[in-house]
Amino acid sequence: MGSRASSLLRDEELEEIKKETGFSHSQITRLYSRFTSLDKGENGTLSREDFQRIPELAINPLGDRIINAFFSEGEDQVNFRGFMRTLAHFRPIEDNEKSKDVNGPEPLNSRSNKLHFAFRLYDLDKDDKISRDELLQVLRMMVGVNISDEQLGSIADRTIQEADQDGDSAISFTEFVKVYQSPLDFKLNFAQEGGADWGLEKCLKVLILFIIFFLIFQSQVLEKVDVEQKMSIRFLH
Amino acid sequence: MGLEMFEAFSPWNVLPWLVVLACCEASSGVNTSSNSSALQTPNAWFAASSSDPDERISVFELDYDYVQIPYEVTLWILLASLAKIGFHLYHRLPHLMPESCLLILVGALVGSIIFGTHHQSPPVMDSSIYFLYLLPPIVLESGYFMPTRPFFENIGSILWWGGLGALINAFGIGLSLYFICQIKAFGLSDMHLLQNLLFGSLISAVDPVAVLAVFEEARVNEQLYMMIFGEALLNDGISVVLYNILIAFTKMHKFEDIEPVDILAGCARFIIVGCGGVFFGIIFGFISAFITRFTQNISAIEPLIVFMFSYLSYLAAETLYLSGILAITACAVTMKKYVEENVSQTSYTTIKYFMKMLSSVSETLIFIFMGVSTIGKNHEWNWAFICFTLVFCQIWRAISVFVLFYVSNQFRTFPFSIKDQFIIFYSGVRGAGSFSLAFLLPLSLFPRKKLFVTATLVVIYFTVFFQGITIGPLVRYLDVRKTNKKESINEELHIRLMDHLKAGIEDVCGQWSHYQIRDKFKKFDHQYLRKILIRKNLPKSSIVSLYKKLEMKQAIEMVETGILTSAAFSARVQGTKRLSPEDVESMRDILTHNMYQVRQRNLSYNKYNLKPQTSEKQAKEILIRRQNTLRESMRKGHSLPWGKQAGTKNIRYLSFPYSNPQTARRDLRAAESTGNWMRLISVFLQRIWVPGSIAQDPC
Repeated sequence: MGSRASSLLRDEELEEIKKETGFSHSQITRLYSRFTSLDKGENGTLSREDFQRIPELAINPLGDRIINAFFSEGEDQVNFRGFMRTLAHFRPIEDNEKSKDVNGPEPLNSRSNKLHFAFRLYDLDKDDKISRDELLQVLRMMVGVNISDEQLGSIADRTIQEADQDGDSAISFTEFVKVYQSPLDFKLNFAQEGGADWGLEKCLKVLILFIIFFLIFQSQVLEKVDVEQKMSIRFLH
Repeated sequence: MGLEMFEAFSPWNVLPWLVVLACCEASSGVNTSSNSSALQTPNAWFAASSSDPDERISVFELDYDYVQIPYEVTLWILLASLAKIGFHLYHRLPHLMPESCLLILVGALVGSIIFGTHHQSPPVMDSSIYFLYLLPPIVLESGYFMPTRPFFENIGSILWWGGLGALINAFGIGLSLYFICQIKAFGLSDMHLLQNLLFGSLISAVDPVAVLAVFEEARVNEQLYMMIFGEALLNDGISVVLYNILIAFTKMHKFEDIEPVDILAGCARFIIVGCGGVFFGIIFGFISAFITRFTQNISAIEPLIVFMFSYLSYLAAETLYLSGILAITACAVTMKKYVEENVSQTSYTTIKYFMKMLSSVSETLIFIFMGVSTIGKNHEWNWAFICFTLVFCQIWRAISVFVLFYVSNQFRTFPFSIKDQFIIFYSGVRGAGSFSLAFLLPLSLFPRKKLFVTATLVVIYFTVFFQGITIGPLVRYLDVRKTNKKESINEELHIRLMDHLKAGIEDVCGQWSHYQIRDKFKKFDHQYLRKILIRKNLPKSSIVSLYKKLEMKQAIEMVETGILTSAAFSARVQGTKRLSPEDVESMRDILTHNMYQVRQRNLSYNKYNLKPQTSEKQAKEILIRRQNTLRESMRKGHSLPWGKQAGTKNIRYLSFPYSNPQTARRDLRAAESTGNWMRLISVFLQRIWVPGSIAQDPC
């Protein structure tokens, strides 16, 4: 499978994809072999059935929407370039890219494009707003059958209420982005662990704190949960 | 079929045991003198009744001696089970301390009872009994439940860390203790190098899996899980191999006669023993997989075949002085993939549960015996030796972890962070393995055996209690993403969405390292192995056949009930209602508890328990909901008449608003009524969620 892959992917095509998406040579080759292994019909394009054959995707609650995101409007087949273009959204943002040329087109894996991708999962009718219905749909997909409709409705209402700023009972893209504006900060909060042995645990923690404080700094464990990290996948070489 | 395994404990096997024990009395150290007195004293009791000819038939007799051993063993096991029930009743406790703590405490309790009443404990722990009966179930269970795919992805790192780590630890601790022993002031100078090396090898046998349950809820990543698992798997085998080699060295005539040739021979033997054991295991695994191909008519003996062949691989390897532990592990790993597909559903469940049960019985017995030895008079305390043992154990483990991982990180695609390495270092909890090896040291070769046993016990107690209890809070503390920050509902929803999205895209990409090798193996597997080892009439692709059955069922349903339009939900005209903080809180709780979990790349292994799969229920619901979209795509080629586009109302329960309106709940209820369908779903899910048996997907 490996040798067949590299012979079918022409070099110019590879260069174009590299420029457009920013993946490295080896990453593109590897993803191409994955593409060909998914492509049962061997016609160089993937259809929806090919995606649905991936077992883990079948049990992903957002499976259908994710598959749909690969296909552009009205299309039923996606070729390798489209495949790579979608995957490019998930490339991690390198540090040296952040300060690249401001004049060129925005790279596909920029923060704003990542958020757009997530936004499009909600917004099916592509009106740049997440209406209550659309939110309810997504909620229902992500939640089990034990929640009643009323509860779900009130959760959806609350979500819109928290995010909505211009009062149109829908979440626009700018409002969606604001949720991630300030990185969700966290507190090293360990007062909540308690119960019977709260005293023992606290003493032990103070002891351990001295030992591992240095290690924590070393490991850059103090990461902030943000979009760039959540929506980035480590692509293998 | 379970009765075979319990033959060891049934009454009519006691007599051969007593004969064996009488023979082994010379070599086993503890309870030697007390054994004979134990056998004599009860006999003296009943001598009067048994030696006299029976003149009258007695109405009521008491013969405790006859059932003593199995009776007490059964009582011990029951006591441990009751303790476990109590342990799990208070549901916070399992997260605070590992279950080994509980077992040790029960053992200490039993030990104190036995000591207090001056009763003679049944001689359960003997070299042959341990190695032939108690050890194989434990190793089999850990090998069987090993998730194969992550194991083979990380096999380089696991071999490097497990193999070399054990060796570094063993020799490091042994050598450092030897230098301590040279210091005259401690009174230890009669222990020569080999004894110290042996002690090092047995004290480095860790049992880190025991602590996994404690940080189960702090989502430790899959790689870390795999390293801990792999280490536990290999560690026992390597320690025993080392132990045997060093004992063989000790038995040689004079310590000073050992030449470099012997050392080289020792190394060669180490490698041969290890690889030979694995080879044996693989062969037996294939044989048993082949046999299960033909058992569809007598599925009741399928568990028997699995167990007997694994045990046979162990015994066959032991006959040739190869490593039985590695053999049984390799057998379990090889066998699992094919057996699970061949074997019927009930046999599969039986095998799982029986394995858990056997291994938990073995481990309980060992821990109780450990407790019994603790409370007794067979101790020798030496401050220097014991304290330095503790210190060196920690130091050498730290050294081996950080050095070995530093090297392996250069070659890994996903390097381990310092935080991960620290967790691996801290999870070096000793367990039943080291105690057994210490206990079974031959007294003739080790005059200071009691010191070793005492030191081992101290290390075990310290690591299990101190490290076991503190590792939970430590991991939760280090895993900073899971701290108690209060997220708004918005954030929770969006974060979960992103997690699902990320997991989905990762699955599309197929994130595996060594993709080429795995691919080649899969091809080989498909072409040759599966044809030989798997039954003929299984469906080619479980997913396609499942969907077709789902669709057929839905078609039937629709004909029967007509196409219902479910109640359109009323568009609520709601103003901005003020919600109190408690409402928000309860809303958040509802959301967190009910949202589907992200596809678990993190494995959930509990050594002592088989938890019901909540992920199965979740997956069922998702599959039902997606029926409609899947039907759309399967429709091509089917001559089903309905294809109306539904109105955009009532799009609540569907992934996409273009199928017939059906409520998910109704589907679920209807689905439950057909047991066949449930079985299909669970079989299908096992093929996904039991990692490694995903081979069914057409690739």
